[in-house]
Amino acid sequence: MTGVNIGILAVQGDVAENLSATRMAMDELGVEGIVTEVKSPEQISDLDGLIIPGGESTVIGTLSLVNGALKKIKEKIASGIPVLGTCAGMILLSKKAKDRVVGEMEQPLLDYLDIKIERNAFGRQKDSFEADIALEKIGVSKFHGVFIRAPSVIDIGKDVEILSKFNEKIVAVKQGNIIGTSFHPELTADISIHKYFVNLVQKKN
Amino acid sequence: MIPLSGDFGNAKGIVREKIGSFETRRGTSTLKRGFAHMLKNGVVMDVTTVEQAQIAEDAGAVAVMVLDKLPADVRKAGGVARTASIRVIEEIMDSVTIPVMAKCRIGHVYEARVLGETDIDMIDESEVLTPADEFHHIWKWDFTTPFVNGARNLGEALRRIEEGAAMIRTKGEPGTGNVAEAVIHIKNVNTELRRIKSIYDAGDEQDLISIARELKVSYSLVEETASLGRLPVVNFAAGGISTPADAAYLMTLGCDGVFVGSGIFKSEDAKERAQAVVLATTFWEDSDKVKEAQKMVDERQSMLGLDTKNLELRMQERGSTA
Repeated sequence: MTGVNIGILAVQGDVAENLSATRMAMDELGVEGIVTEVKSPEQISDLDGLIIPGGESTVIGTLSLVNGALKKIKEKIASGIPVLGTCAGMILLSKKAKDRVVGEMEQPLLDYLDIKIERNAFGRQKDSFEADIALEKIGVSKFHGVFIRAPSVIDIGKDVEILSKFNEKIVAVKQGNIIGTSFHPELTADISIHKYFVNLVQKKN
Repeated sequence: MIPLSGDFGNAKGIVREKIGSFETRRGTSTLKRGFAHMLKNGVVMDVTTVEQAQIAEDAGAVAVMVLDKLPADVRKAGGVARTASIRVIEEIMDSVTIPVMAKCRIGHVYEARVLGETDIDMIDESEVLTPADEFHHIWKWDFTTPFVNGARNLGEALRRIEEGAAMIRTKGEPGTGNVAEAVIHIKNVNTELRRIKSIYDAGDEQDLISIARELKVSYSLVEETASLGRLPVVNFAAGGISTPADAAYLMTLGCDGVFVGSGIFKSEDAKERAQAVVLATTFWEDSDKVKEAQKMVDERQSMLGLDTKNLELRMQERGSTA
């Protein structure tokens, strides 16, 4: 097959939005390849890049564990494929997650991105917000962030780069080819973060 | 894909705030509808206690809906059904990490405000409770908290969206353990969507405006819906879902996810059933996995259910003409 093969983990959450943003990004960049929804370990094993969408991290984690997808994703990450995790996706990529109100909790995680997450860090749905932020390190000087019951990063390991902060809270990080965002780049018309990700996948390929 | 735009002029529910050096907005359509998008392909479970909420979260529920009584018990108890105790809602909010929703009576603006102040994640203006206003629903653009509303057909769905609902669910017939009415409602909506899509594709604006008049909604909303060929907000199935196969069946009809009311916690095998319904909803395209899910439950332990033909109380008719 020619071109890149990017998958959107389609267990639960805003899969279609990521699919469409990635397709648009590939079109604009003129990158050849396919974007598909993936659920099974077989589908995941063929990927050159993976996006874990927004949704409920407990649900995506629990159900990916059931069908063996979680294990396969771990293998693929270890092999070095680029992964973008937005909101719930970033929580799943992390090594540790606690909830702002409920506290420490057991939930299936990929245990790779060396960060500690605080879930629902900005409050509940009524406190969800939109604000312009910047991710200068990846060449995005202004991005409209949509934060929905968003997590924040409260601790980072030495290999983790901070890409963006909102009012002193870390809201985007990068470790090698792995990117995590607290907000939902798939919910805005601006596809610059998806374009950055597609470029990573193409370079790696 | 469903667009997230759809703000109503100067919606009072939008809050502008400066946090540090950042200009922020809360309560926008993007945030309200976006919240519903995060629930897609998930199961929202009705619960009445902290224990039930934890069982739901552990089973993989995408959110819980707090009620004072499950719909089947509301039906049995009779009398006036109102919003759940705030104390119970708060206890549940403190014990699970997934979103917490609660119901208010149709048209009861102040029950909704109380729920908004409680900081729940979504308000269900629900026919399961006794309507407070037979002629008006809540004007939901006034709220920062998103709303979900029930609908039996396209007209009801679009009227609720025009009032500011960020999400729609079918009404079905709550508390019966009988999925038949939910099936009718989703099929009604699908048939009507196909009809307006074909009119839109044919470019017949005159016919489209007569449909807008018939449905009592604005032309622009009918046009947007017709161009999409689906509701412009996330649409779940609800009402009478009791088994994994029920949930999977409704997913095949094009629903974005399901609400399960009495079906789980009125059964004898709630824990297994909660997990099984989630599995069947997630893997609805894979009939072998749905079979495995169905195998996890015992039909002898399903809630007995009611024939929907001879009900004294048809909850679905509440607020349907407004």
